[in-house]
Amino acid sequence: MQAKQQYNFEVVKWFAYMACVYLVAGTGMGVFIASQLAWPDLNFDNPYISFGRLRPLHTNTVIFAFGGSTLMATAFYVVQRTSGVRLWSDKLAWFTFWGWNLIILGAIITLPLGLTQSKEYAELEWPLDILIAVVWISYMFNFIMTLSVRKVSHIYVANWFFLAMMIMITYLHVVNSLSIPVSMWKSYSIFSGVQDAMIQWWWGHNAVGFFLTAGFLGIMYYFVPKQANRPVYSYRLSVIHFWALVFGYVWLGAHHLQYTALPDWTGSLGAAISLAMIIPSWGGALNGMFTLSGAWDKLRTDYILRFLIVSLAFYAMSTFEGPVMASKTVNALSHYTDWTIGHVHSGALGWVAMVSVGALYHMVERMWGTTMYSVKLVNLHFWMATIGTAIYITAMWVSGIMQGLMWRAYDEYGNLAYTFVESVAQMHPYYAMRAIGGLIFFLGAVIMLFNVTVTIRRAIAKPSAEMATAANI
Amino acid sequence: MAKKSNKRISFQEWVEQNVWGLVLATALVVSVGGIVEIVPLFYLENTFEDDVYPEYEELQGVRPYTALELAGRDIYQREGCYLCHSQMVRPFRDEKDRYGHYSLAVESKYDHPFQWGSKRTGPDLARVGGKYSDAWHIQHLRDPRSVVPESVMPRYPWLDESTIDGEGMEKRLKAMKVLGVPYSDEEILGAAEAVEGKTEMQALVAYLQVLGTMIQFEPGRDYRE
Repeated sequence: MQAKQQYNFEVVKWFAYMACVYLVAGTGMGVFIASQLAWPDLNFDNPYISFGRLRPLHTNTVIFAFGGSTLMATAFYVVQRTSGVRLWSDKLAWFTFWGWNLIILGAIITLPLGLTQSKEYAELEWPLDILIAVVWISYMFNFIMTLSVRKVSHIYVANWFFLAMMIMITYLHVVNSLSIPVSMWKSYSIFSGVQDAMIQWWWGHNAVGFFLTAGFLGIMYYFVPKQANRPVYSYRLSVIHFWALVFGYVWLGAHHLQYTALPDWTGSLGAAISLAMIIPSWGGALNGMFTLSGAWDKLRTDYILRFLIVSLAFYAMSTFEGPVMASKTVNALSHYTDWTIGHVHSGALGWVAMVSVGALYHMVERMWGTTMYSVKLVNLHFWMATIGTAIYITAMWVSGIMQGLMWRAYDEYGNLAYTFVESVAQMHPYYAMRAIGGLIFFLGAVIMLFNVTVTIRRAIAKPSAEMATAANI
Repeated sequence: MAKKSNKRISFQEWVEQNVWGLVLATALVVSVGGIVEIVPLFYLENTFEDDVYPEYEELQGVRPYTALELAGRDIYQREGCYLCHSQMVRPFRDEKDRYGHYSLAVESKYDHPFQWGSKRTGPDLARVGGKYSDAWHIQHLRDPRSVVPESVMPRYPWLDESTIDGEGMEKRLKAMKVLGVPYSDEEILGAAEAVEGKTEMQALVAYLQVLGTMIQFEPGRDYRE
């Protein structure tokens, strides 16, 4: 019981539960818009649910609602446990919680209304952008202040990654969102054309590199060793991993703009650093996996650990695929195609969602001092997530490469072999397959939400004495 | 690492024990890439083609959007068109044959924000202007599958139902002028009148029809090194 008073887990519990809710909402939205691409009548001629307005809502829900809630839950959980102190300010933590959820509510209302700055993953209009900056800084400040009052001498490696993520996202969000308002819900970016494109993709790739990678590596560095009950494989490797990753990732945005009107030196620089990034990325993935050295047998019985380790396999795969796609020759084919969408989802579903799910199950058991209501359902969720992701990315690989090849194909007379719409027609089976893969993943998330909800309800209903015994195990 | 001496500790040892040192070191390290890649774009002379080739008169053809075109552009963003249509033709043979001349940086210099896009679920639109008639575009936006049976684009019947807010357009042109887009006072004062009674459909079509048409390219001329 002592642990309960020492740390503020109440706010962490709420963030963790909301993360489960937003995973269902965000992937459900994804299944719907994926289906719209396969069966366009699902747009129902209704402006508020047409693809162009719901797609930003899907990305915002999965990245910022699900990903953000997970990062806030885990960072607040990890910083307390590894610093041996309670959060610096409970009030500020609750402000972060309610503020963040208010922003999500704002997104759910404004995006279907078509209120957007039209910068990918930064669509929200200026009043919400200001709110994001304030809430984000409250999160970062509370985190840093908790570290500053820590009871242990060294700052644990997971916290470095969380911290780097918070700092970089502050930079990115503030610079990329600079705009001049013309009314309450309309603004124009202060940048234009080529500079705006570079700044947007500096943001865009680091939303992936920092928000969805550095932050989730923080999760990996705490939860993999904890769940496996082994120390991190190599401290030195984690030091190299950290500095190389936070230095290098920032450069990659330019690889989104190769062969465009962006000066060639910028795109090439982005591509070159992208190739080099495979070293820290794989170093980190191996560091996580080798943490299991001597305890591989745990994978047979521990389903939560399975999520964590498979996420690292997907991480390694995506971070290999990324540099390949950034190389100029491959990029010429893959850019603008579904291959990019497949790549993003092997990272988002396979890595980010899986490592989050592992961490969320782990935290639910610890914070409510219980075990999962149904281990079988955790196992079922694991297989649905894995199979759903595999189907999704396979469909997008095939459709993406097919698109790229059809667009550049010539017939024997030197004319383009296919019209554009012929390539669209060829995509149909793969778009249907993608929707099915997504649906399987989504149903897995529904099972998780059910399992977590029942687990929590039973833990709360349990007599407190029994809970204390469970907590001590 | 730090075992040799107890007094001198490595930089890593130091930042691990000093949170503000870690904050500062990280803040510096993560800012390098962005500074190197972004800042030069604002002052290097080779960013825009009209700085490299001031003698090419056709590059002076790029002008700010009219009030009606800008209104259409705002609708283009509102409906999320950029999520499925790029506006950036790359310098490849097939893209030249399919879409036209590769895009230049000057062509989007007044685009706040840029609309280059990242995905071609539908075709690139950088040079769609003038390729189809207004009537085709209107029919296509009302019901894409009536003209392109295999299309997966949503229908946009609601664009016929609203008209453009004239007063709002005046404000929008003013804001653009603050950002450096060279609108004249007459254009700003005439904005409301220019969009008077126009539907969102008409505005969007006006925007689509100007895309990629501002420069009359000289055959055989290279605009990139």
